[in-house]
Amino acid sequence: MDFSWIIPYRELLLNGALLTCMLLVISVVLGFAIAIFLAIAQVGNNPVLRVAAKSYCTFFRGTPLLIQLWLIYYGLGSYLPYIPGLKGSFLWPLMREGLFFAAVALTLNFAAYQGEILRGTLLAVPKGELEAALAVGMRPSMVLRRIWLPRAIRIGLPTFAGEVILQLKATPIVFSVTVMDLYGAAYKIRQDTLLVYEPLILVAAFYVALTFLITQVFQRLENAVPARR
Amino acid sequence: MNSSNSIFQLLSITPPGWGGVLLTGALATLLISFGAYLVGMALGLFGALGKLGGVGPIRLALNFYTTVVRAVPELVLIVALYYAGTDGLNRVLSWAGIGPVEVNGLVAAIAVLGFVQGAYMTEVLRGAILSIPVGQLEAAKAFGMRPALRFRRIILPSLIPNALPGFANLWLSVIKDSALIAVVGYQELALAARVAASNTKQYMLFFLAAAALYLAITIISNLLFSALEAHFRRGQRPIH
Repeated sequence: MDFSWIIPYRELLLNGALLTCMLLVISVVLGFAIAIFLAIAQVGNNPVLRVAAKSYCTFFRGTPLLIQLWLIYYGLGSYLPYIPGLKGSFLWPLMREGLFFAAVALTLNFAAYQGEILRGTLLAVPKGELEAALAVGMRPSMVLRRIWLPRAIRIGLPTFAGEVILQLKATPIVFSVTVMDLYGAAYKIRQDTLLVYEPLILVAAFYVALTFLITQVFQRLENAVPARR
Repeated sequence: MNSSNSIFQLLSITPPGWGGVLLTGALATLLISFGAYLVGMALGLFGALGKLGGVGPIRLALNFYTTVVRAVPELVLIVALYYAGTDGLNRVLSWAGIGPVEVNGLVAAIAVLGFVQGAYMTEVLRGAILSIPVGQLEAAKAFGMRPALRFRRIILPSLIPNALPGFANLWLSVIKDSALIAVVGYQELALAARVAASNTKQYMLFFLAAAALYLAITIISNLLFSALEAHFRRGQRPIH
């Protein structure tokens, strides 16, 4: 076991770890926002929205993330230059980066899984609470905002922690579209130093530590939300 | 963008088209997934029984196995095990005086994914065994059934319906995880699509085609598992 490469490569590793965390935060935050819409559309009354949301979730949950990532990076990416006006816009430098496509793919994927969970928890909120809210004169939109959605998110909190960990474990795939995340850094170190196991062990230890941290944070969060059992 | 004619040409089964390559890839995906699933199930069964009834060191080792495998990203595990496995095997062979062998990509893929699946299977089976009412096991013991008979007649039949939802999830996840094998260079569906796409520059078309194949596999699997669960839960009172 030779770990002397850590010092010369510390910057690469640190940036990689930062990028992994950034991708995780971006995809979880944005994905959760999209998931709320997907869940509401699936339990709502509009048949067009319902079918659209359902098909979205089926597609993204039924195909590998790798295929989605390549579809977005190579497939959509090759059409982007033909969209008029996009090439000159301030967004263009961002859109040439693999990182942008990686973030999009991870976000859309997370939204599908989380949307399906929120759909279930929306249905699990006791009917009586919603009826009580309506009975005190809340409009349906206010019931959704004040009662239905907060309760559904609370019910889904334990599952949410698991989803975030799954998402963390999905991130290293982005190295296949030239993003230098933590795994990408380990891959480069392997190519440079011809060491196979040491970089992988270091990276694996980082993921385990981060997983542990996430479970602890969510444990705190769950304890902080008052709940009567 | 394309006339429909050229799409059909690109996706046709015979060589100018790439449909045959994709279908062969899909077959490889199914083969890897199924093999890994069986390996995982065998590992999971031993793991669950070991965790529930084994002695201290075995239980400790199994806890380490399930914790580490479930906390490290699949991609990292697959790459590490792929190299560690082939490297280790060759070291053992050269120690035994046999020259290095080229490990079959399919076998390596099945072994690696099966090892990962085994950790998840262990937890699914452990949970399913724990949810069997203790009274039933005690009744079986009271009748004088030996452990093997007890396992076959009591534990297995009442474990299957409890474990089926977990099994279904794991089957879908092994199909999706098998795409990661593309990263170590074995040509299953994902890599086949990538080869076809980069040869023809029709990225959108071939990745969508691959996605459609994956989707078909997962949807058909879903139907099969619902039918299986309905079969194994026959005679049980519905939960709701």
